[in-house]
Amino acid sequence: MDYAWLTNPVYLEYLWEGFINTMILLVVSGVLGFALAITLALSQISGPRPLAWLARGITTVVRGTPLLLQLFFFYDGVGRLLPQIEGIREMWIWPILRDPFFYGILTFTVSVGAYAGEVIRGAMLSVPRGELEAARAFGMSRFKILYRIWLPHAIQICLPTLTGEIILLLKSVPLVSTIAVMDLLQAANIVRDETFLVYEPLLLIAGIYIAMTMVLTLGMRAVERNFPGVRPAGGTAR
Amino acid sequence: METFGSSGLLEWTGPILSGALVTIQMAIAAYLIGLVLGLLGATAKLSGSRALKGLATGYTTIVRAVPELLLIIILYYSGQQALNALLQWLEVEGTYDISGFAAAIAVLAVVEGAYLTEIFRGAILAIPRGHIEAADAFGMTRRQRFRRIILPEMLPNALSGMSNIWLILVKDTALVSVVGFQELFFTTQQAAASTRSYFIFYAAAGVIYLLMTMTSNVFFNRVERRVRRGQPGV
Repeated sequence: MDYAWLTNPVYLEYLWEGFINTMILLVVSGVLGFALAITLALSQISGPRPLAWLARGITTVVRGTPLLLQLFFFYDGVGRLLPQIEGIREMWIWPILRDPFFYGILTFTVSVGAYAGEVIRGAMLSVPRGELEAARAFGMSRFKILYRIWLPHAIQICLPTLTGEIILLLKSVPLVSTIAVMDLLQAANIVRDETFLVYEPLLLIAGIYIAMTMVLTLGMRAVERNFPGVRPAGGTAR
Repeated sequence: METFGSSGLLEWTGPILSGALVTIQMAIAAYLIGLVLGLLGATAKLSGSRALKGLATGYTTIVRAVPELLLIIILYYSGQQALNALLQWLEVEGTYDISGFAAAIAVLAVVEGAYLTEIFRGAILAIPRGHIEAADAFGMTRRQRFRRIILPEMLPNALSGMSNIWLILVKDTALVSVVGFQELFFTTQQAAASTRSYFIFYAAAGVIYLLMTMTSNVFFNRVERRVRRGQPGV
């Protein structure tokens, strides 16, 4: 095992950039994906028929195909069709649409939306009907019921499962190295190419990932413990 | 826009379907080995032995915390070296090349085996203790107890987890394309790059994967009904 390359500031710079990009991908697609998940869950539960079918379809296709395929579908498939749209090269959005980073975020957002959407949908269905009826009896509007009663209780029910989804997202991030986004794996690959070391950089980032998973798990456990409404005894309610 | 006729989809149908066949074979083989690893892991975790327990915990903790893609790259390259080192240690002459197929299967099996370990562990723990004690009281050997009591009682608990892992495995097979192994996704990438009809080829591959996963769902629902026979209806 040769880790002398770690003293080289250039390689450390790569790793740091890779780490930051990994975190950006995780946070941005996590937040956007969560919003999409709620949208997909709601569309299926109480949306009009066509919207419910659309949400059902998106969820089925995303959960039934490999993430790597989805990444290449968006990046190579959709991305290469875009220049054929007239005038798109002059638009402000064009630099973003050419950036592989954007396709990473797009793919992960859709993926989190579909997987977490199913989790949230199941949790929303298991919120006792009486609570929603009581909220309606209080004269709350539909929107108010949603964000005051329905969603908070649903999230409380599925929080441990959502933790699992966040960790799955973290572990999906290295896929973007296949479309040349500078994440931790890509940084390790550059170091491997330049130093001819086969394993050391890979093992180092494997260690970093283990540490990140642990921190994330502990952090989410703290969130679970302090989530309002969770009864102190037993840890998880219901 | 590219049209269907000029996309080269027809010429590539053969290679893509044989890629799909490789994917299915790989997934089935890896799943069977993964099931064995999972059962061994769960038995080790539930055994009294400290060393076995520690070994199994280390295995599941590391494998489940490291991204699959990273594990596949590490294990794919190190597997070859490890095998040759092992052969040298056993004083077998010469070096051997593992086929990409075998290596890909082994790697996927090791990864999914860790998840299956946890599923089996949970499912075995859900068996009422009295049933296992009753088996012991009948004087069953450990093997009889496993085959007659533990396995049939654990399967209904484990099945939904097992079907999830199968679906994850089918999708994870695409990851071995990264180390240059020619399965469905790798063939699709070649086809897309050579015809430049990226959209159509990736969509077509998506349909094939979707067919695989949806067929699996039907199959697992059947199995679930079978292993739950004799249980009161829900």
